[in-house]
Order: sequence, then C-alpha cells, then structure tokens
Amino acid sequence: MGEVIHPEEKLVEIGTDQLLTKVMELKKAGYRLSQACAAYVNEKFELSYSFAEDTTYQYTTLRVVIDTDTEVPSITDIVPPAVFYENEMKELFGVKIQMISLDYNNKFYRIEAETPLGPKPDAAAEGKEA
Amino acid sequence: MGKRSVIPFGPQHPVLPEPIHIDLVIEDEKVVEAIPSVGFIHRGLESLVDKRDYNQMTYVVERTCGICSFQHGMGYCEAMEHVFGVDVPARAKYLRTIWAELGRMHSHLLWLGLLADGFGYENLFYQCWRVREKVLDMQEMTSGGRLIFSVNKVGGVIKDIEKEKLDIILKTMDEVEEELTVIKDTFLLDYSVQSRLQGVGIVTKEQAHDLGCAGPFARASGIRTDMRKLGYAAYPDLDFEPIISATGDSYARCYCRIMEIFQSIDLIRQAIGKIPNETDLFTPVKGNPDGEYFMRVEQPRGEAVYYVKASGKQYLDRFRVRTPTFANLPGLCEMLKNTQLSDVGLLVLTIDPCISCTER
Amino acid sequence: MSILKYAPEALKNLFKPPVTTKYPFEPAVYPEGARGHIEITIDDCIGCGMCVRSCPCGTLSVDKMAGTWSIDRFDCIACGYCVEKCPKKCLTMVEGYQTPGAKEGKVTYTKSPEQLEKDRIAREEQAKKAAAAREAAAKKAAEAAKQQQPSGLEQAAKK
Repeated sequence: MGEVIHPEEKLVEIGTDQLLTKVMELKKAGYRLSQACAAYVNEKFELSYSFAEDTTYQYTTLRVVIDTDTEVPSITDIVPPAVFYENEMKELFGVKIQMISLDYNNKFYRIEAETPLGPKPDAAAEGKEA
Repeated sequence: MGKRSVIPFGPQHPVLPEPIHIDLVIEDEKVVEAIPSVGFIHRGLESLVDKRDYNQMTYVVERTCGICSFQHGMGYCEAMEHVFGVDVPARAKYLRTIWAELGRMHSHLLWLGLLADGFGYENLFYQCWRVREKVLDMQEMTSGGRLIFSVNKVGGVIKDIEKEKLDIILKTMDEVEEELTVIKDTFLLDYSVQSRLQGVGIVTKEQAHDLGCAGPFARASGIRTDMRKLGYAAYPDLDFEPIISATGDSYARCYCRIMEIFQSIDLIRQAIGKIPNETDLFTPVKGNPDGEYFMRVEQPRGEAVYYVKASGKQYLDRFRVRTPTFANLPGLCEMLKNTQLSDVGLLVLTIDPCISCTER
Repeated sequence: MSILKYAPEALKNLFKPPVTTKYPFEPAVYPEGARGHIEITIDDCIGCGMCVRSCPCGTLSVDKMAGTWSIDRFDCIACGYCVEKCPKKCLTMVEGYQTPGAKEGKVTYTKSPEQLEKDRIAREEQAKKAAAAREAAAKKAAEAAKQQQPSGLEQAAKK
C-alpha cells in the first residue's frame, strides 16, 4: 500500500498590494511556483498564483480579483519562472502587468487576435459609453 | 570576453519534431544565454470552453497532446468529478490507472528513441520504437485508439477491459520487460553514450526548485516529487516510490525515465492483480457544474495542473491546463547556459519537450 | 566488450523477418473494437439531431425532412461521442481509418425511398393527430370559457 499525501488545497484571496509580500512569504517557506493563470469572470480578472510544496504536497493558491484596468505588479523579480505565465496572461487576457523582467510585448504566442480570452474590445468600449 | 553572436535554434530542427524557437547568445562556442519563444502552433483550446459543454470538453482536452492524451482526459475528468463531488467506481479507477501507465510507457519509449537518435544511435532508436509498437497495440486493443483513447467520461470510463485482454496485457508486459532490459543496458552502460550524457546540462536541486521544474526533470535533480502520491485514480492502493537521481545531468534524466518504464510495468501488474470485479463503470452526473478545482496529475513529462471554474451553467467559465513542458521551459534556459553549442540539440531533448501541449 | 554484446543481436537480425509489414500489399490488421470511422444505418435514423448537438467538432448535419445525414470525414475526430448519444443506436464505430485525399470528405447518406415514404405517412398521421388534439383542446377551452363567463359576470354583479 502506498501512502497518500494529499493535504487540503488552500485558496487565499488577497488584494493587489499584498501580492508581493505573500509571494515572498511563500517562497521563503520553500514553495515553488506551480502555475499562474487569469480568468475573466463577471467583468473582472481573477488571477490565481498557485504554489506547491514538494515534501508535504501542500498546494496554495493566491487569488487576486481586480478590475480590467487595474495594474498588478509582476512577481518575476521574486519568482523568475513566472515570466511565461505573466506574458500569457498579458497576451491572452490583456491583464495589465507592470515590469515583467522579460516582456515579449504580446509576441509570446503568435496570434492575430488581441486578448482573445479577455474582454472583447468593442464590448468594453460600449460599456464605457453606457 | 569573446565576441558575442546570436544563433537561432529552431523552429525547424532535426532533433525536434515540434516547433520551438530558441535564440542562443553564444560566446565562441559557448552558450551564455538562451531566450525561448513559442507560439507557432497556438490553437486556443482553452477558449473553446464557451462553445463546448463540459462533456464535449473531455474530447477537446484529450486532443491537447497526441502523446499523453489519456492523462489529459483523465486529469480533466478528475477535476470535474471534484467539482460535482461524485465518486468514481473502483473498477473505473483501476482501468484509468492501467491506461495511464500504458501511456507513460509509450511516451517514455518514444522519448528514449528520440534521445538515441539525438546522440546518433539509429539502430537503438528503431529498437525503442519496436518495443513501443507493442505498447501501442495494447492501447489499440483495449481502447480502440492507438494514441487517443476517448474512453474517459466525467464520472468514470465508458469502456471495460475484459479478463482475456488483461491477460494479454500481462503477457506483453513480460515480453516488453525482457526486451527493455537489453535496451536499458545500452543506454546506461555503453561507454560512448555515457560520455555523451554524463556531466552535461547539470541542473542542481536548488535551481530545479527555484525554477519550478516538474516531473522526471525535477526528479533527476533529486527533488522527491511525484503527483501520483496525491492519491488520484487507483494509486493509493498501489505500492511505488518516486524514482530519483541526484546528479541532475542528462544521464540522470535518462536513468529516471528508463526506470519509470519498469515502474510502470510493475504498476500495471499490481493494478491488474488487484482490479475489482464490478460492472459499474461510471457514476452518472446530474445537473450543471458549480465550483472550481485545481487538479494535479503526474504526466509522463511531469506535473500537469488542470483548473476548472464553473458557475452552474452548462459551459465552464474557465478551463486552464498548465502542461509540464511549460513549467520546464525556465529550467531548460538555465540548463543551456555554459554548455557547448553542439550539445544544445540533445539538451533540449532531455526535458522531453512537448510544444503542442505547451501552447494548447 | 560491447562489440561482442551486440554481435548476437546483429546475427539474429540477419535471419529474422522484419518487424514491419508491407502495408499496401498486406492488409492492415485491426483489433476488435477499433475506433476507425463512423457508419450509419440510415433507415433507423429518426433525425433527432442528438449527434449533431453532441459532436465536439461540429462535423455532422441532419435534415429530418429530406431524411439525410451527412458527415465531413476529415473534420471527424472519431471520438465516438455521437455513437454513445444516439438514442436509436443506428450509429456505429467501425474499423478502417480515413485515408487522406485531395477532395472534400463530405459524405451524405439519404434514406431509402421506401423508408422516406413510411416517414412521410407517419408524419402526416402525426400531424392529423396533432390537429385533432388541438381542435379538441380548443373546444374544451371554449366550453370552459363559456362556463366561466357567467360566473365572472355574477362576481362582477356582486361587486
């Protein structure tokens, strides 16, 4: 019989200003970046930064909910491998991320459509007018 | 400091069947920096969630990758089952385990063949793929598809493997093990192979951890991580230990993958020995999904993360798959630093890149 | 050392037949239950469109009136979801993969004239029944309204 190590996944909702501190804390606690992704739900961006621990298999997700025009700081200075995830968020959703250490300038994926998964450009414009 | 120049590597390169482009900044013959760029084959599978309902998505997700397709489908279905809160019948769990391990075997054998081709052993390449063909036949016999099984369903599996077929699998596993032992010796003991792989592309344990590496790539650097320990499918009932190696060079990565094939053979035997006799293959799910879940699955290439988010509609709000190669790209760039230009092709191979996975 | 190790293997390979088969000259062997392509027994089809709605790649189309079912063979991913969903079980997955070609792979199956005639008669009967049911319902409704009206007037008078 193999042992099962499966601690409950944690989901912590935090504000934009806490993001860097929390990421730093997790990094100091020996976590590695497992994934980061964005979701566009109810006209807001939900950014999830998941961190994993390899000995206890603990999985912790930091959740930042922001408006579409709020800027978030990049975590690439603390966690370098976040480069690709942040470029992906920026390109597919149009999340405004400041100071990515290696910014592909929306050329990470060679796609024609701008922010295909994020808010539709015309819909956003209509929303502003209304 | 010598003169620096930039050499483009890929997207078309003989060692890689898939398009990845790396800008190599070299000084004389030494690589000092590597900047990857992907995105030649972005298909936008994730954006299909608003047009396909959660059952159809199973088939879409499965086609993310041609090599680890079963595990993609399984990971998605397990995530959805967590959202629905349904329990999968025990036999379905075992069937999933058997299929997943068959998939791991054929993926690793394919990689071994490519590696052999990468360091110039044509014959060894054919030998690996000859063995792989047997595994593929097992897959076709049990599921009906050679690579893409389409047997997963939210709530279980749709096909059973009969007793006779399980016996055939066991018999084939014996044959494969015997042939693999010969191949293993060539990979691990041959003098020229050793001199090509040992001490090349070293990634230390600290680097691998900091760069968020996953799967055999991380295990070869000594990180003891295996998502199968999380206890999805039938893995809680099976006895296994993650295979790790300490050196973190190309040889260690080769060693880990070869040993994992033997581990898979062992796991298949254990699973077939313990499989319960049930007629139930799936639990029907009712209604629409509501909730979110992060599912982690150990794929042949490492940890894959499936994130599903639903809000009581037939269509999911967001589906995201983070494939292992995506996590291993930073490790690859770090590994390429301070290596010889002539080693780059082989080193890119050692992370087992799967670019169509990466771009989805 | 290693030369001696591979010598027996090399010798064996000289006399062994190749592992591969000469495919176009020898037939390909499919195992039982291989998912090759979809076939339909068109006369059993009721044109409900379940397959069209379930198909993840949108390759199927059904015309109930004309009694046709069509598929684009090159778009089909052979997942077998339509086979699972078909209420009449008239779709089957059979062996034999789609071969590549230069022309479009659209194939249309049409029901046999006899079946079409049967369907037409069945539809007409159904339409008659439905019309009769509607008339009956209308009559009932009218009667109910008549009965209700006086009571409504009474109520108004009371007020």
